[in-house]
Amino acid sequence: MNLWLVLAINSITLGGLLFLLSAGFSLIFGLMRIPNLMHGSFFMLGAYMGSTFLAKGFGFWPAALASAASMAVLGGLVERFLLRRLAGQELAQVLLTLGLSFIIADACLMVWTGDPIQPSTPPDLRGAIIRSGLVFPIYRLAIVGVAIAMAIALWLLIDKTRIGAMIRAGVDDAPIARVVGIKVSQLFTLVFCLGAALAAFAGVVGSPYLSIYPGLDAEMLPLALIVVILGGAGSLPGALLGSFIIGFLYNFGQAMFPDLAYVILFVPMVLVLVLRPQGLFGRVAL
Amino acid sequence: MTRSLSTLVASAVALLLLATLPLWLGNTYYINVASQILYWAVFALGLNVLVGWAGLTSLGHAALFAVSGYTAAILVTAGHSHLVGAVAAIAMTVATAAVFAVLALRATGIGFLMITLALGQILWGIAYRWASLTNGDNGINFKTRPQPFGLDLTSAPAFYYLALLVFLAAVASMLVFVRSPLGAALRGTRDQPRRMTALGYNVWLIRFLAFLLSGFWTAVAGLLFLYYNQFISPQIAALQTSAEALLMVISGGTATILGPIAGAAIVVIMKNVVSAYVERWNMVLGIIFVLIISFMPEGLVPGVRRLIGVAWRGMRPAKAVITVRGEASS
Amino acid sequence: MTIQRRTVLKGMAAAGASLGVSAKIASPALAQGAPFKIGLMTVKTGPLAQGGIQMEQGLLTFLKEKNNTLGGRKVELVVADTGGNPAGAKTKAQELVERDKVNVILGPLAAFELLAITDYILQTKTPLIAVAAAEDVTQRKANPYIIRPTTTSAQCCHVMADYALKELKLKRAATISEDFAFGHEQMAGFQRVFEEGGGKVVKKLWPPLVTPDYTPFIAQIGNVDMVFSGFAGSNPVKFMRAYADLGLAAKTPLMGGWTFMDDALLKSLGDEALGVLSGSSYSSAFESESNKRLVAAMAKDYNSLPGGYASGMYIGGMCVESALAIAGDKSTDGTAFAEALHKIKLEESPRGAFTIDARGNAVGAVFVRKCEKKNGQLVNTVVKTYPNVSQFWTYPEDEFLKNPVYSRDYPPAKNLEN
Repeated sequence: MNLWLVLAINSITLGGLLFLLSAGFSLIFGLMRIPNLMHGSFFMLGAYMGSTFLAKGFGFWPAALASAASMAVLGGLVERFLLRRLAGQELAQVLLTLGLSFIIADACLMVWTGDPIQPSTPPDLRGAIIRSGLVFPIYRLAIVGVAIAMAIALWLLIDKTRIGAMIRAGVDDAPIARVVGIKVSQLFTLVFCLGAALAAFAGVVGSPYLSIYPGLDAEMLPLALIVVILGGAGSLPGALLGSFIIGFLYNFGQAMFPDLAYVILFVPMVLVLVLRPQGLFGRVAL
Repeated sequence: MTRSLSTLVASAVALLLLATLPLWLGNTYYINVASQILYWAVFALGLNVLVGWAGLTSLGHAALFAVSGYTAAILVTAGHSHLVGAVAAIAMTVATAAVFAVLALRATGIGFLMITLALGQILWGIAYRWASLTNGDNGINFKTRPQPFGLDLTSAPAFYYLALLVFLAAVASMLVFVRSPLGAALRGTRDQPRRMTALGYNVWLIRFLAFLLSGFWTAVAGLLFLYYNQFISPQIAALQTSAEALLMVISGGTATILGPIAGAAIVVIMKNVVSAYVERWNMVLGIIFVLIISFMPEGLVPGVRRLIGVAWRGMRPAKAVITVRGEASS
Repeated sequence: MTIQRRTVLKGMAAAGASLGVSAKIASPALAQGAPFKIGLMTVKTGPLAQGGIQMEQGLLTFLKEKNNTLGGRKVELVVADTGGNPAGAKTKAQELVERDKVNVILGPLAAFELLAITDYILQTKTPLIAVAAAEDVTQRKANPYIIRPTTTSAQCCHVMADYALKELKLKRAATISEDFAFGHEQMAGFQRVFEEGGGKVVKKLWPPLVTPDYTPFIAQIGNVDMVFSGFAGSNPVKFMRAYADLGLAAKTPLMGGWTFMDDALLKSLGDEALGVLSGSSYSSAFESESNKRLVAAMAKDYNSLPGGYASGMYIGGMCVESALAIAGDKSTDGTAFAEALHKIKLEESPRGAFTIDARGNAVGAVFVRKCEKKNGQLVNTVVKTYPNVSQFWTYPEDEFLKNPVYSRDYPPAKNLEN
């Protein structure tokens, strides 16, 4: 097996999953300036919900969409009734989102017990591509396809629609956006729903190979943070590129510098933050 | 009764209660819980210097806490005296805090939070991976508590009094700091950094010094943690510990002195005492945080003070309106 | 269940006692004297909860079966949730010893929790029945108050190395396990026996404890006859799927220690686990009377299959019963009870007959199990039983103890290839 080729392909597929995870985080972070520390919880709860929908006989993609929809509702409720009152109070937002993540983590343990759950790969995407001794699972390649489709859909939404234009205005300058009559508060709810839904979708899509277990939330949150730091908050192309950079860094770093396994992602994060606080592609410093 | 008098009386009562606590609390288990509250409170007070008065939210303080504990544990295990261990631990932690500060003070707000988070994760990784130094995840057993001036600290009440003394010193230093020119300047950098620069203050230096002060008390708390548990392992450097300390500060009320103490008490009591009765104590802790933030976004201590103020005004004729002071920060 | 979790409410108001609180009824003293108190240290919240919940279920099953009476003596259980970290373990040990005054502690789950409290256990003379596998607790730093009726980290791995060499005639192995002490000790034990028997460990891979994707590690495995793994918790599930997805399951046999293929994990695994071999001191398929009762009761009460943690605590309960019989009236004396624990010889248990050696670890059978599908369900079928396996394998005890404890660097790996 050609190690480097497998690593390269895997870097791209991991990047795809990371994009699904972090796109919503980037939007929330960029537009609302909310350090949403419950993003990992949306991911994990979404994955659990997906597994339940699957167990109830849903197909894989319908289950992913149903889970995304339910998480959008939850996200909307959280934004509308809890977060909205804390606009601009970063510390209060940190406390609230961390508190909610405690609740969600414990609720998941209660409902789904601690047993790890690993949904089957969707039937159409099972198996592997085998070329000259190289084996690579089809499903992981499919994730890249889903991520790219999602990136295009989000790009169309942000760049080509009226709502997208309002979101962009909100990211660039919320006070001015308000002055010109954009209902920023409704926009915030919408973006938060979208972010939560994207995280849940990513959770379901990732579950056949990440599996679902208590603690998944805390594992995914730092990854989302790193991607967004690297790419720049509020920038979708940044999140996309940041995801792939992290994908490569993770795969090649783990293989080439095993002694640095624990710090391989955080050292670049510090470097970027110190040398270029706005991220590689962001326009606004954090 | 004037405010200052009532504060004085309340402080005296609190001191008396704290000083006699081992006598009326009885069981050593509860005395130990009280000791834990005290050293976590010292940690939270140290973190509060940054979070509250400097407006800089650190999510990497667990690493500083751990640097202190590890330094002392490694040195004392290698045969050095407790005094050398303690002094070196504090020096090492303050030096690490200085490095953190140089890197993290490139940013403010969320950028600062992220840099400290990443730095904390890096130190956690080192504690985990550098097993020849730290003994990896097996941790280091710390055989004996120190015996300052020949005093044996093995028993629960003895350790409690050590923790209480340190805690009172921390509180006193915070009271002095808040009223000092540096404390005032630090609050200025939080609220009006540009104006402070225009007035000729070195904003960076003021924040840097605040970081060192924060690092100092974090180091002291880390030492107490080590002496209390007589064990240290990488878990204590993890993000979860940083988050917990931050939650103590925010839930109790930032930029106050009572707030972080109250926050430490809530978290320690939930984790150690309530968890014995309520299986879903993690959820209850989360709910408490959500409730605090929903009804008292400013934190528990200022929130309660506000509610008492409202109730007080409601009971008295309109002319005697008492303005609610923003605690020691004003 | 109406086991009394807590009877001590001293100093604490029972306020808020509605959310998930179990019954707090003071137990009437049915048997003579005060009840014998058992403290269970487990993990019921956070990432380690799966094993921790199994521990509680296993012990509750035993006590229910005995109607909370062991040897004519009423027992009372106090359950403490450590949260899965060393500081929490220390506090909970204090709670059990100083406040609840338990006579014996069962648990805790993780090695780093056990290591955080060993000195305290010694100081307070509290007998403890461990499930955590840290080697030195029953070896170089043996503690007279601790016994371990399950296994050390390496005990089953010695066996698997022997099996791979002699039964499967495999010569080249790669090892992969989490980069923490439990993983290091397991892999070192495997490596020692495997290389001394003529095999070669040509690759040792150490993914961090938290690894979202094992592919970069699996891709490095290269050309070997077999892979030996020591993953624990939920990681085996993730690892085995990736291993199969990358096409290795079909050509390179996968083996592991007991946590890697714990019976409790079977319901989380899919076909990718078929054929995986594992060494364990317990098998849910083992045909002993007590094991049949355990499996049946766990299925009925909790709809789950007992694994190493549940059976470990069930057996821990049996140890308490046996030591009560040995120590008799002196059972409430910590030192006497700890001595009695060291004299245990159980003829019948869910893991079969076993004894406790001088340093407190079990000597008993280790099963080599193969994962198979029966009636549409995964089971670990026993393919070979090694009787009377000691923690020192076949080495003389004093010679074994002269070496450093197993670690990432000991024994040194001399055959690594790139």
